[in-house]
Order: sequence, then C-alpha cells, then structure tokens
Amino acid sequence: MELDLTLARKFYREMLLIRRFEEKCVELYSNEKIRGFLHLYIGEEAIAVGVMHALTPEDSVLATYREHGQALARGISAKSILAEMYGKMEGCSRGRGGSMHLFDTDTRFYGGSAIVGGGLPLAVGMALADKMMKRDRVTVCFFGDGAVAEGEFHESLNLAALWQLPVLFICENNRYGMGTALQLSESETNIAQKAAAYKMSSKQVDGMSVTDVAEAAEEAVAEIRAGKGPLFLECLTYRFRAHSLFDAELYREKSEVEEWKRKGPLVTFRKKLEAMNLWTEINEDEIEDEITKIIDEAVEFAENGTLEPVADLEKFVYSEEVV
Amino acid sequence: MMSKDTTYREAVRLGISEAMEQDERVFLMGEDVGRYGGCFAVSMGLQEKFGTERIIDTPLSESAFTGAGIGAAMNGMRPIVEIMTVNFSLLALDQIMNNAATLLHMSGGQLNVPLVIRMATGGGKQLAAQHSHSLEGWYAHIPGLKVLTPATVQDAYDMLGLALKDPDPVLIFENSLLYNSKGLLDTSASPLPIGKALVLRSGKDLTILAYGINLFKALDAAETLAKEGIDAEVIDLRSLRPLDDETIMASVRKTHRVMIVDEGWKSGSISAEIMARINEQAFYELDAPMARVCTVEVPLPYAKQLEDAAIPQPEKIVAAARKLMEEA
Repeated sequence: MELDLTLARKFYREMLLIRRFEEKCVELYSNEKIRGFLHLYIGEEAIAVGVMHALTPEDSVLATYREHGQALARGISAKSILAEMYGKMEGCSRGRGGSMHLFDTDTRFYGGSAIVGGGLPLAVGMALADKMMKRDRVTVCFFGDGAVAEGEFHESLNLAALWQLPVLFICENNRYGMGTALQLSESETNIAQKAAAYKMSSKQVDGMSVTDVAEAAEEAVAEIRAGKGPLFLECLTYRFRAHSLFDAELYREKSEVEEWKRKGPLVTFRKKLEAMNLWTEINEDEIEDEITKIIDEAVEFAENGTLEPVADLEKFVYSEEVV
Repeated sequence: MMSKDTTYREAVRLGISEAMEQDERVFLMGEDVGRYGGCFAVSMGLQEKFGTERIIDTPLSESAFTGAGIGAAMNGMRPIVEIMTVNFSLLALDQIMNNAATLLHMSGGQLNVPLVIRMATGGGKQLAAQHSHSLEGWYAHIPGLKVLTPATVQDAYDMLGLALKDPDPVLIFENSLLYNSKGLLDTSASPLPIGKALVLRSGKDLTILAYGINLFKALDAAETLAKEGIDAEVIDLRSLRPLDDETIMASVRKTHRVMIVDEGWKSGSISAEIMARINEQAFYELDAPMARVCTVEVPLPYAKQLEDAAIPQPEKIVAAARKLMEEA
C-alpha cells in the first residue's frame, strides 16, 4: 500500500493511542478506579487500526470483550470509553456495560459482546438487513481464535456465504483462548482454511503489520462492496499482556512473550518507517504529548462523571416507547 | 374481515401476511418456512406471495438465524423468526438471553431489538421428550423479553400485530394442537394490549387461571363444574411476561379461591410465580390454599396413556376444583 507521511503518522498515532490508553487503564485498574474484567489489546493494535482505515462511517462494527482498541480506532472518544469503565452516565453505554460492552450507535459500533462467538450471528443479521434494503454498507465482525471452536462461528459463516452477505469477518488469532493454546483446541489450526471450507474468500494476514492489515482490509471491503459476498481475514497476532488482569499466565513461557514483543506492531512499524526514511519526519514527542493530553482529559472527564441514580436502576429493560 | 370458522393457523398466517403487506421491513425466517410451507403449515403459500427474499428458508442453525434476526432488528428491520418447537429454541437460548434480552440495557438504551420469535409449544401429540415441553415459563423469567401465549383465534391474529409493533423482543408461543382449532376472527376489532389478561367466563366461586391450550381445558372443566353448582371464573392470562397482576388480583378478591393450570412442571414454574404474587398482594383474600394443575415432573413420554396422564386434563381440573371448594 502507498504509505505517505500523513498515513504513516495516522497509523502510528492511532496504535500508540490504544497502547497508552490501555497502559493507563492498567494503572486505573490497580487503583480500583476500573473494576470488573479488563481485557487488554496490547500487542494487537495493528488489526483494529488497519481494519478501521478501510471503512466508511456508514459501515457497521461488532467486536468482542477485548474491544477498547476497536472502539478507539472507530472514533469513540477516549473520554466516553473511560467514563464507561468508571461506570459513569457519561460513558458510551451509560455505565451499564463496562469495559466489555462498549456501544456507540453514532459511530455504528455495536459492542462489546462477551459471549465468545455470540457476535457473529448478529453481524450476519445486520448484513442481511443491509442487503435486503439495498444499502451500500459492510458489516465488520471481530472475534478471536477461541470463537472458532463455537458452533455459532460455523453456523454464521455458513449463513453469510450461503446468502452472500456483505460481512467482513476478522479473526484475531492471538494463539490462546484465555489460557488454552490453539493447537490444544483445534484439530486444524489454520483458521483461514476453515473459512475457505464455507466457500468464502479467506486469507491469513500478518496481524502485527498495520499496513498488511490495512491493505488486506481495503481489498476485502472493495470486494464485498462489489457484491462478491462475505470475506474472511485471519490476522496472526499475539497478546502481550495477560488474558485479563486476573490471569497469572502459567500457560506460556516468558521467552515466547518476549519473542513476540520484538515483532510488536509499534516497533516493527517504526522500523519500517525508518527504512523508508519517513520516521525522521514524524515528530514522536509531539504525538506522545498529544496522546498524553487526550488521556489526561479522559481521566479527568471520567473522574468528574456522574453516577446514575439508583432510582433509575430499572431503566433500559424495555423501551420507553409504549405500544 | 369477520369470520366464524377461521383456524388458528390461518389467523397466524393472515397476521404475517398483512404485516408484510403493510411494512417492507417485516420478513419471516426459519426452518422450512418457505418451500415446505412451515412445519405446521402456518406459512403455506407465503413464499409464492412474497418471494424467497422475504420468506427465508434457513439451515438447521437455530442460534445463527435467531441471532441474525436480532442483528437485522438492530439494523432497522422487523423480523419474524420461526423456531419449530420450544425444545429447539434451547439451541438459540444464548442469542435470546444474552443478546435479545440484554442489548437495550447493556447499550445504555441505545439499541432496541424489535424482534418477534414464534415457536410451537406443548404436548399431546405423542412426540416424546424432545418435542413436547412447555418452556414458556422459563422465558418469562427473563427481564427484557415479553412472552405471549395466544389461545384464541383472535389472539393468534392480534398478538402477531401487537408483537411487531412492539419496540422490544417478543416471544409468541403457539400450542401446536391449536393450529387446527376454529374460532371467531374479527380483523377490524382493536386488539387487547400486551400484558392484559381476559376474563373469558365470569364466575363467583373460584378463579381458574390458564393460558394457551389449557384455557380450553379449563373452560371444559368449568362447564362440568357448573352442573355441580360450582361457578368458576376462567381467565386467559394471554401474557406471561408481563403478567396482569391487576386482573388476577381483582378475580382473587371476588372468588377467594384460586387454581392455576400450567403445562409447565410445577417446580420453578410460572404457576409458582403467580402463586407467589397472589401471596404477596392478596393473601388475606384467600379462603383456601391455592391449587395447581401442572405437568407431572417427568420428561414427556411417548405412550399415549402416559402422556395423557402427565399433562393437565379437564378431569384433573374438575377434581382439583372440587377439592378446592371443600377447603374451609
């Protein structure tokens, strides 16, 4: 893909924003400002940034419980995401969802699903609606390698291919479903090949390379818009941090983590830009400063947010509009 | 349209057909709803009328097509998902419970799910333990869902329209034994809203609360009881969630004796919930302990005499009513 300075800066900045935002989340979690589960995307940033680059505001996005990166890359503000994690009314889900359930219909971001595989059928339905109403939209569905073992994965891929729906499936293969390695879960560990069995175009992509992901996603989205049915990208990646902050990481070697960190999306992208003589043009300090400011403001916003009155507890169980 | 001998099946079909004519967002999706005409022939002829794009045959993927119904509803459509029987709906329970019922709340009010799920329920056809259960009471446990149980031909028609107009997920349970039943249908009558129970037979001695096919067993029983001088009030619950506490309590205050007929098992059932509410709201109105006629706590068997013995029958209702009247 054609990588100019503007795009290089955008990619680097967006990945760094996710990285720094989540580092702050860890700190806030330790200080008990954020509670519940906290699943970090650190190491996988290139996928969200690369895929979102290929979308228009009209497209729809569904993600999992490890979705801070997708939410930020889709354009939900750090303020509203952090306020959500604080359980405040100013949060993107009014504090009803928390870290695992970020929703924002303005950016067509439909969660934030914490049942592994449970978002895939929804993506199929959203795409079905677009096809029936002849809308020019693509639905992108993110999920992990763990979802591949679920029946809903297979049912959904079959429906999407059978009905030729405009869905882009993004499998973020970080090699572990919580603590169980892919080879202990799957008889066939090439996930793209499974998708191919449903007669949809699929391929493996280096999920550590933002440009590889962006290029593959752009091609995929163009094909889907041209009416060629669903498409599947398996992005090979690695989660640098524990599954959640309750995870003692007994199931993998530290050396393996270190090896993957050397292949991390930020370091490799920086090396690439250096080789292209673009890095010297990028003012790293300026980007860091801007991100620090965004995060500081998000923390302040979340701290000063409002706790929803307990009197409103039973709101949003049914719509207020009455038949 | 006014007709005296419309079948329940025709009423549901007419409801679907009219809704699809009026609203391009409405479509029907499920196993064998198109070319086959529906496993209970409810949608017979609809694919010819509306085409394969709006009457959609699905593979045997309850979870994915129910979830797809939710996704389509989130994205502006008004889907009707048909699941063959309530037992099969358990394959879609994840989508119904974890998505349909929770999305509005989890999203802080941003995403409502205007989805209708229809399914057949109930025993009595010798279909044994994987096709015959009455699990609507389970679904009534779940905040975020509405659970409707049309018994009459009029409600078979009306409830579909009401459910499609509702902004939230509505489950409609159709007793498979009712599809051939005939009754009065007036399509111009204004429908009784969701959440309203209906007193179908007024009486002064005891209240019988029932829904679905058991409503007719209760009405049969009431006729027998009338000959013995027992004047039973029979109420069609119509909706298990929300329950119409007001109509129930008004009847309790009138008759002071209560029986609930429910094809679910007793333990943890909707009948248990109704008893609990009467205890909470009208305990001192009761002249006798409340009675229940439910399904015996076995998976439903194949053999006819065993299945008949397992589910509520008019004779059991009559016997329970007599006993209830003997209490001080």
